[in-house]
This record gives sequence, C-alpha cells and structure tokens, in this order.
Amino acid sequence: MNTLSNSPLLERQPRLHGLYTMMLIRAYEERLALLQQNGAPGTCTSVGQEACAVGVISTLDWRDRIITNHRSAAHLLARGADPQRLMAEVLGRADGYCGGHSGSLHISVRELGVVLTSTIVGGGLSLAPGVALAQRMGQGEEGGVVVVFFGDGAACEGILHESLNLAVQWQLPLLFVCENNQWQAYVHRLETMADDAIYRWACGHGLETQRIDGNDVDAVSAAARQSVAAIRADGRPRFLELLTYRQRGHLEPDDLAYVDHAERERWLKRDPLVLMRERLRAEGVLQDNDLAAMQQQVSQRIDAAQNFAESSAWPDPQQLLQHVYA
Amino acid sequence: MPILTVEQAINQALHEEMQRDPRVLVMGEGVAKSRASLLHSFGAQRVRNTPLAEAVISGTAVGAAASGLRPVIDLLFAPFLTYAMDALVNSAGKLRYLSGGQHEFPLVTLSMTGAGWCVGAQHNHNLEAMFVHAPGLKVVMPSTPADFKGLLKTAIRDNNPVLLFTDIGLLHQAGEVSDDTEFLVPLGKAAVPRIGSDVTLVSYAKTVGICLEAAQQLRETGISAEVIDLRSLKPLDEEAVLRSVRKTGRLVIVHEASGLCGMAAEIAALAASRAFDALLAPVVRLTGPDAPVGASWALEQASVPTSAAVVQAVREMLPRTAHAAEKPLTELA
Ligand SMILES: Cc1ncc(C[n+]2csc(CCOP(=O)(O)OP(=O)(O)O)c2C)c(N)n1
Ligand SMILES: [Mg+2]
Repeated sequence: MNTLSNSPLLERQPRLHGLYTMMLIRAYEERLALLQQNGAPGTCTSVGQEACAVGVISTLDWRDRIITNHRSAAHLLARGADPQRLMAEVLGRADGYCGGHSGSLHISVRELGVVLTSTIVGGGLSLAPGVALAQRMGQGEEGGVVVVFFGDGAACEGILHESLNLAVQWQLPLLFVCENNQWQAYVHRLETMADDAIYRWACGHGLETQRIDGNDVDAVSAAARQSVAAIRADGRPRFLELLTYRQRGHLEPDDLAYVDHAERERWLKRDPLVLMRERLRAEGVLQDNDLAAMQQQVSQRIDAAQNFAESSAWPDPQQLLQHVYA
Repeated sequence: MPILTVEQAINQALHEEMQRDPRVLVMGEGVAKSRASLLHSFGAQRVRNTPLAEAVISGTAVGAAASGLRPVIDLLFAPFLTYAMDALVNSAGKLRYLSGGQHEFPLVTLSMTGAGWCVGAQHNHNLEAMFVHAPGLKVVMPSTPADFKGLLKTAIRDNNPVLLFTDIGLLHQAGEVSDDTEFLVPLGKAAVPRIGSDVTLVSYAKTVGICLEAAQQLRETGISAEVIDLRSLKPLDEEAVLRSVRKTGRLVIVHEASGLCGMAAEIAALAASRAFDALLAPVVRLTGPDAPVGASWALEQASVPTSAAVVQAVREMLPRTAHAAEKPLTELA
C-alpha cells in the first residue's frame, strides 16, 4: 500500500513513516487553505486530526475498505493517494481522481479501497453495513475489514444507531471510527449532546468500544491494530472514539470567530505532529537532518501537486452526462 | 425603500414574524450562530441550535406545529431534505387529511440550492419539484429580496407546511425591500417583471434573471418577450401563465432543476390543455440535465440554462410563424 516514499529510512521505521505522512497531510491541507483564500473552492481540512487517519489506516492492508466523508484528505493521503490528483480534484480539474465531478467533498478512490465517500453527514454510516455485508458474503478479499470514519456530528444522526445495531446483529466485519473533533460545523459538540461520550452510545448496542487520545498516533494505531485483529478473528464489529480537535475552520476560508480560543490553545499544545516528532526525537529515532529531509520532500511534493493541479485542464462540459447511469 | 440582500430580507422576515407572534420559533443546525441577531432579540428558547439530525428536526417541527407552535426550520442545503422527507411528506403533508382535518401544520422549511458555489451534487440539487409532487405541501422559490421577505412572512402565517428554497446564486443579490411589517406577498401569485407580446418566458429563482437578460437581448432584435416569475410553485398561478400565453402564443419555460417531471413539464401541460388554440409554436423547455451537478466550475456552469440558450430557443421558434410576428401586437393580444 505504501506508495508514499521510497526512502529506506522511512521503510525501516514505520513510526517515522507515520510522522512523514502526517507532515504530508498537514502541508497538503495548509496549501489548500492558502489557495482557498484566493478563491479556490472551499474544503474541510483535517488539520489537527492527522493522527486519527494515520494511526488507523497504517494498521490496514490492501484487503480492507475505507469509507470516509467531507473531511477526507487525511484518510486518502494516509492510504497512499497521490496529492497531485487529489488537489486536481479539489480544484475541479479533469485529472482529479473523480474527473472534477466530486470536488473536495466526495472523493473516493476505489483502486485504493477508499469507497463510497458521502458528504451527507451520516451518509457513510448508512452505507457501511452493506459494504461489510458484501465482504462477509465473499465479494471482497478473504479477511478484509471495512472501516467507516465519521464525526461527532454524524453520531447525532439517528442512522448511527441503525448502523450499529445492524452491524452487531448481522456480525459484520466493520470498524466504526468516530473522530470526535469537538466541532459540528459552527456548533460545539457539547451544545448538541447531553452525554459527553459517544462511545457509551455504542456500548448500548453490545459491541466492544474504546475511547482513545486521537492526537497520539501511537495510541491510535495500537487501538486500531487490536480492533482490526479482533474483527479479522471473529468477524464482529468494533467501535473507536478518537478524541481530537479540528484546528482550522469547518470550511475554508473561516475566521474562527465562533471558537473558544482558550480551548483551542489547549489542544494546539497537544498538536499530533509535535507530539509524535518530540517523542521520536526523545527516543533517538528521529535525527534533525532526517526531519529536515522529510520536510523538504513534503514541500516538494506539495509544490508539485499544486503545479499539477493548476495546470490540469477543466473537464469537458460534453462530459456532463457521462457516468450518470452504468 | 431600504436596500437589502436576499439573506437580509430572510432575516428581516423572520425577525418581524417572531416579533409579531410569540409562537414562531426557529430551529436548525447552527441557527443561533448563523442568525445571531435573532438569538439576541428572542433568546435561546425561540432560536434553537439543534444536533445534526434532520429527521428529528423536521419531525419535531411537524409535532410542534400540530400542537400550537409555528416553527421555521433551517435545513441548510436542499439535499439534506431527503433525511427530513419522512416527517415532511408522510406526516406534515398527510396527517391533516388522514385525520379528517383535525390538525394543521403551520411550519416553514428553509434550504439553499443551485449553482454558484462549486460544492457538488450533495449540496446543490434543485429538488423543489419532488415536494410539489407531495400532497399537502406548498413550495415557494422567489427571485428578489422583496419576494423572499414577503413570501416568507406569508408562509409563516399560512396554516400549511411551506418549503421555501433559496437559490444560492441570489443570496447576496440586493434590492428594494419594504420595511412595512405588513408587507406580504401572497402564495400562488406570479409576478410579471417584464411585459411583452411575442413570447412568454416562464421561470422562477435565479433563472428569472437569465430570462430578463434574454428578453433584453431579444428586444434589441425587435422581439418582445414577456417574463413571468412564478415565485410560488404550489399553489401555482395558472391564470398568469395562461393569460400571457394566450397573448403571445409562444412559451419557453426555463429552470435549473432537471426537466423530467419538473415544473416546466407541468407548465407545458397547462398550456397544452388550456391554451392549445393560442399556441403558435411547440412549447420549449430549457432545464438542467438528468444528471447530478458536478462540483467542477466547468461542469456546474454547463448544467445551468443560459440567456444565450433562451435567445436561441426563441429565435428558432419564431421563423415557423413569421407571419404571426408581422402582425401588429394588438391582433395577437
Ligand atoms: C445531512 C447533512 N446535514 C448537514 C450537513 C452540513 N455539514 C457538513 S459537515 C457538517 C459538520 C459535521 O460534523 P461532524 O460529523 O462532527 O464532522 P466534522 O465536520 O467535525 O469532521 C455539517 C453540519 C451535511 N453535509 N449533511
Ligand atoms: Mg466533528
């Protein structure tokens, strides 16, 4: 799965590779945010949530399927998507993964196993049991697991409970991953939910749940590895709630006027990239010159992505009716 | 008269109606933030942020409407209405009838749609006709700030469920809006923003502007187009359409929603069944395609009818009846 970097150092060190991927996601999103200040179509960035995506997806293999949502870039990049084609899609260009039909909000890349991306909040939760059922009934690769990413806001849609109940009842190989990033667009999640914990909602449906520090990529990957192994072993669903924070606005550009800045500051002190970088440094795994090399490679790839995307053609309007029906 | 944008006109209508009637309340995802001035004036009891849960937001509105409140719910984007469809279509639209007239459902839904934001088909889907199709529901889709205000106020006072759709492309368009708190625009009454005699252009929402542009271009070549802005899709001002078609003998219907079973089909059927004698040329529909709207600017633009297409359609329908065009206008009227 890893098409990310050919560097022998990164290959030897999966955790370094994880840091590198988080850096790539951060740089990709920040570049898009910059472009959006100059009028490119808006996107929902994953800045602050890189450890959730990298932690979970690094534990998957080629057999597995991923369902994501409007905030998908981290999931896609962690799965090895090409930043050039991703950025081209966000800009609505012909070379984008979906030929410009999607734009930023519904990017799926079937060849990477990132299937059925819906920007309808909770949309992925309604589809996930079906993808897992097909897996269970022999349509996927033996042992494959389906992972559905959704937000704390999506957890408020009734479909969460329908989806959980069915997955448990039908014993579907499905990992529910709730990225609780504290925000539901412009509303803080504590304003919309009586209970502080989403994993407790899932508990009632009778599946194993865990609540994890979503800014600690080691903790996320440990929990995900254990959950995925358990699903592969017994074919039953599991649930992870990852506590994290959406550092940027809901949709770029966003002035964050509605944000509690004290809370934001507390979370910024626990930035997932900084946490991992300092830990790897302290362990002696990461040397300053390696970090500089990684940073340089990331910058080059993002520059290249922007060049590629901006020079890609607009889709031909003649294609308006293409792909409506199979 | 004060100049307001569509967005401001909507807020003013909400403000005035909440002031007038304490039973009116506003609910929706983030409404207390997006409509902060309402929160400031009327407090959190009547301006309620909701969880992300359209099914229960709409269901709550229906239950509350049947029980003495007059809710306005903001469902953000029209495609999210599909989550709200059960409560709106099966309950709000049917339970009055099924109960033998025991209940009323004075509620309004707000949602946005239309090209202009490049966010793709899960935010931009003009599905107003789906709700026109559902019995018991009323549907309005205005094109001017004044009509947004006047129709929204009337909708809030109406004892039936009314869906008001806002074309995103109009949100920041400004125009004169009366500040009279009794300024109301009736449901079911079309506007005629341009009078003409050779062809009738029927539209609603953003494409009214396209028809007006086309009418201007046609004028320069000596063709006189009348433009009808339906404003209200149900109830529909059939007489306004028929009166105009009987005068001009030619009908072009323009909307951004896809054509199949859309408003244009309904208007065409109306003309065919009740003004057939007056028709000098086949009715033309210019609509969006039977395809979801692509996010790319290039695809989004290509799916919207243009004024050039309207002009061309009118030109093509005229030669067939060149003799008619030569007649003095009074004879055609
Ligand atoms: C059904 C539906 N309702 C509302 C929206 C608008 N919307 C898009 S993302 C979003 C917030 C979602 O919050 P959450 O599920 O926590 O995900 P996050 O954005 O925090 O990643 C909202 C309200 C939508 N896309 N779909
Ligand atoms: Mg969230």
